[in-house]
Amino acid sequence: MYSNRYITIYTLIMTLVVSVVLAFAVTGLKPFHDKAEAIYKKRDILGAIEGQLPKKLVDMSDEEVLSLFDSTVEQVVINAKGEAQDGVKAESVDMAAEEKKPEAERQYPLFIFNGEKGKIYLTSVRGNGLWDKIWAYVAIKDDLNTIVGTSFGHVGETPGLGAEIKDNPNFPKQFEGKQLLNDQGDYVSVKVVKGGVKDPLHEVDGISGATITSVGVSEMMVRGLEVYLPYLQAQKK
Amino acid sequence: MAETMTKSVKEKEELEWFGPKERKLITDPLNDDNPVTVQILGVCSALAVTTMVKPALIMAVSVTLVTGFSNLVISLMRNGIPKQIRMIVQLVVIAFLVTVVEQVLKAYSYPVWKQLSVFIGLIITNCIVMGRLEAYAMANPPWRSFLDGLGNGAGYGIILIVISVIREFFGRGAILGYKILGATDEFLLNTTKHWWLSWYQPNGLMVLPASAIFLVGIIIWIQRARNPKLVDVS
Repeated sequence: MYSNRYITIYTLIMTLVVSVVLAFAVTGLKPFHDKAEAIYKKRDILGAIEGQLPKKLVDMSDEEVLSLFDSTVEQVVINAKGEAQDGVKAESVDMAAEEKKPEAERQYPLFIFNGEKGKIYLTSVRGNGLWDKIWAYVAIKDDLNTIVGTSFGHVGETPGLGAEIKDNPNFPKQFEGKQLLNDQGDYVSVKVVKGGVKDPLHEVDGISGATITSVGVSEMMVRGLEVYLPYLQAQKK
Repeated sequence: MAETMTKSVKEKEELEWFGPKERKLITDPLNDDNPVTVQILGVCSALAVTTMVKPALIMAVSVTLVTGFSNLVISLMRNGIPKQIRMIVQLVVIAFLVTVVEQVLKAYSYPVWKQLSVFIGLIITNCIVMGRLEAYAMANPPWRSFLDGLGNGAGYGIILIVISVIREFFGRGAILGYKILGATDEFLLNTTKHWWLSWYQPNGLMVLPASAIFLVGIIIWIQRARNPKLVDVS
């Protein structure tokens, strides 16, 4: 049997050692984390328009990704009314932080890719999956209506089920060619449906076994893209 | 004089690197003392990560490393750990090791970290890790504890891989993401040309966690029927 004194001292020393080492590890590695995260994010954004890039993303080195991003992508931040904001860079807008603000004060990042086939608008949307947040970059062609590509991400959806939105290349591919507006010019966005697509312009097939993630993607596509509409409409004129 | 003669001398056991006892530590958990099917530990994570072979492989390797090294560390510390707070100390050691590895991975291999981050919580809370610390590492020398950890991790990994192969094969008609059952011409093997491969429709139940519990049950059944050491004599 150990004395209370021994136990108290043991606990104190253990906690101290563990917390000091962990604190050093986290702060010491922070710059590396940030750099890795920024590169990852840019790869993610460019992933939505992989078909338009000169090379496949996996074959590009980190430096190539950064230089391609800096040379071809224009960054715009828009506010809740759809007006472009000055003095902010889209890559520094943190969607997770924006979500906590009241709706009228939120800012939304927009990346405009200047490719050979005209401008492509890369919007950023965010919503809820089953366990945690999900997000996507949706690339919209310069007719401001047709989706040309998407790139999904998630915090912790179940591998093999909800995580398929990212892991299975066939899921994001379904969104290509879908349209935001219907024939009358009303906003309908793209929905994920169960058991067969009836409206080929506005619906994609869901993932079996991942109903809640599919519903989350639907809602994210409807609510998330809506905020970009005023800005996109203004570009048309 | 007579007293000292009869006094029982505790035999000091010879510690070897790979003697028969050490080998048994590795091989026992693979079958006779399997953590999942015999000790019934770690079933929860076995349901979660076995929909496909790849995550199951990642999980198997990471759990094997974590059980091995946390057993080693706890075994080195075992004489100083106060018995009253031993569980807390064990948990701190596991969480500490896993978090440090996670941080380093995040800095130097971000995409790999992204893929693994879901599993990290599952590793820390895996009952096999703590179960082996309590049952073995607290009372045995470091090298043996290390082997025991590796053996139990491997025993868990084998079950994960068996279940995930069955689930991915029947649930998606694929192994490691390559489709071999059901009609497709995306991969090397064009299954649309062979009627005996293309007729299959993936079974949706296999993708759901419930199928894993059936499979674990069937594996336990087969193992008990075939292994004489596991037959109940009652």
